Amino acid sequence: MPLFEAVLLALQTIRTQKLKSFFTMLGVCIGVTFLIAVVSIVEGMSQYMENDLVGKLIAVNTFEVRSRPNFTPGNTSEETWREYQRRPRIMEQDIAPIVAALPAEALWAPMSSDGNIAATTLTGRPKAVQAYNTTRTYFEIKKMGVTSGRVFSPQEDATGSLVVVIGKDVKDHFFENVDPIGRELRLGNLPYTVIGVAESQGSAFGQSFDKFIVAPFSSPLRRLTNRQRGVVDAVMVKSPTEAIMNASMADVGEVMRSVRKLRPGQKDNFVLETSSSALSFFAKIKQYMLLAGVVLPAIGLIVGAIVIMNIMLVAVAERTREIGVRKSLGARRRDIMAQFLVESTTLSIFGAGIGVALGAALAKIIAAVSPLPASVALWSVIVAVLVGAGVGIIAGVYPASRASRLDPVVALRSE
Amino acid sequence: MSTQPAPEALTVTAERRVVAAAEGVAPEKDWIIVTRGITRQYEMGGEIVRALRGVDLAVRRNEYVAIMGPSGSGKSTLMNLIGCLDTPSSGEYWLNGKQVSTMTDDALAHVRNKEIGFVFQTFNLLPRASALQNVELPLVYAGVSSGERKKRASQALERVQLAERMLHKPNELSGGQRQRVAIARALVNEPSILLADEPTGNLDSQTSEEIMRVFESLSEQGQTVIMVTHEPDIAAHARRVVVLRDGVIASDDSGEAFRSRMGQGH
Ligand SMILES: Nc1ncnc2c1ncn2[C@@H]1O[C@H](COP(=O)(O)OP(=O)(O)OP(=O)(O)O)[C@@H](O)[C@H]1O
Ligand SMILES: [Mg+2]
Repeated sequence: MPLFEAVLLALQTIRTQKLKSFFTMLGVCIGVTFLIAVVSIVEGMSQYMENDLVGKLIAVNTFEVRSRPNFTPGNTSEETWREYQRRPRIMEQDIAPIVAALPAEALWAPMSSDGNIAATTLTGRPKAVQAYNTTRTYFEIKKMGVTSGRVFSPQEDATGSLVVVIGKDVKDHFFENVDPIGRELRLGNLPYTVIGVAESQGSAFGQSFDKFIVAPFSSPLRRLTNRQRGVVDAVMVKSPTEAIMNASMADVGEVMRSVRKLRPGQKDNFVLETSSSALSFFAKIKQYMLLAGVVLPAIGLIVGAIVIMNIMLVAVAERTREIGVRKSLGARRRDIMAQFLVESTTLSIFGAGIGVALGAALAKIIAAVSPLPASVALWSVIVAVLVGAGVGIIAGVYPASRASRLDPVVALRSE
Repeated sequence: MSTQPAPEALTVTAERRVVAAAEGVAPEKDWIIVTRGITRQYEMGGEIVRALRGVDLAVRRNEYVAIMGPSGSGKSTLMNLIGCLDTPSSGEYWLNGKQVSTMTDDALAHVRNKEIGFVFQTFNLLPRASALQNVELPLVYAGVSSGERKKRASQALERVQLAERMLHKPNELSGGQRQRVAIARALVNEPSILLADEPTGNLDSQTSEEIMRVFESLSEQGQTVIMVTHEPDIAAHARRVVVLRDGVIASDDSGEAFRSRMGQGH
């Protein structure tokens, strides 16, 4: 019997026993639902991390010279933390040797930042903002445009003028229905003039990225973002290509080692952080989550396989006479084998298919009601269907081979 | 009981004996079934049940043979062997010039599909399939394409006057109609022989008559038929009656001789 016929036969059998078939495929269905849901969320998060979040925090082909990593894995040891605390900070006088090591086409910007700076206006309620002291190149590196106004001029940069570019949330908080350009925003008791509103940077996990203000590097705000004089949080360097970035990182690493007078063999007491090094900690989390996303559904699938195997054994017993009739009409062993294997596989693939739909729906629902993003990966759908087929075949082999080995005379005599 | 057989019947019987005795030799094409000393025994809890104890049977193409005998005499066992559903414990079985007693499982399945049409007492239709789908089954295993299958299956149903009931399920058909579906299914692959094990055993006498007429007309069209029956009336339709007793052939007569013997027995 050709495969096509066997599939038709299986579909017909499933159709005539809808409820039973449904319960048979339930285990596989649930397993696959969870597989798809978990993988979709992990995949969604990692896509988000890779494309949006980290890309936004640390731009593409960009590295940051820092004394310690900005992104640290959750399992960083106490000892490592203490070592980070002891490290010397990056100082203003380090900038010149770093920049000297860069090729002409590289963009760079020093940056100092504090996440909890109070901003206020004469009339509005104060609001805590993420404040940055940096140069106008920062906007170029981050590819951050303005929706209204402008970014700093070179003069404002050089003189450290009292001007700010504000994020969308800050604009909405202080200047809801008015044009903020030219208005005053007070930071550390000094009046800054708003000269631009930055494009929205989006949000992740319910956290908005628009609660920030950017002021020129040498503006007085710097005393708040770094209390210790001369300290810089980071020097950002953007290269046109990844290769140039890697070469620059090697050069800057050497420069920093000589600035810090490190002997060969001594470990770096600074970091050159890239988006991929920031991602590496996420990669670990992703591994654990994927493991959970595979182990839990695997249990469901094993249960599903056992259920299918049992139901198929019952089906073989119930249909012993049918098997006898088919054999008496010329069905060979492999025809009977194929019939039951295709039936269990079709059931299982059906279950997997429903599971894919339910899992995708579940992922979308989770994404809608929680800050977790979700993205249904094609590979997970393919894996789910293959797993479904595999479960069906494995669960069907034993019952099918029992059916195929039935003696026709005995089978025909059964009730 | 000791009626002298007609002279020409004797020669036929002698001829059958010769064919059945020629061990190891393929019979001529005209002998569609030749069994030589076939036995079949079952083991039942250490005890050996000898269902057949050496049956020599030779059937020519186009013959219509009734097999009779008391319950437990081995009729069904013999039919299952002839129908290649079972293999003999010993002895030779030649079907259509090929020795099937040594065939593999798959080869037997092929023979069942191509050479044999089996009609059972209990119809053995698949309950969830329509009459047409039931009749299509042998063609499915013969690898016939779907369109061709439908055509041939509906032709077979027409031959048994069931053209209008093609799409009915077995439980929507009367016993006689079910048995006619089963006959159509047995015939659809144009088998060399049509086997029927008590085909009217589950039917009332009027319906039995109807089914017997179907077999008779098939026989008249040249179909080889072997049928097990308990009813002497039904056996009388056949042109040859083989009587089994305790796993061996007790008598093998022409229908007329059988009838006259039955008549004398009364
Ligand atoms: N599978 C089996 N296992 C054990 N013994 C069997 C088996 N099949 C048949 N027999 C025995 O073989 C003998 C012949 O059985 P068979 O079914 O051929 O008789 P029958 O002539 O068809 O009887 P009936 O007229 O009742 O149908 C009986 O004694 C029966 O009990
Ligand atoms: Mg019987």
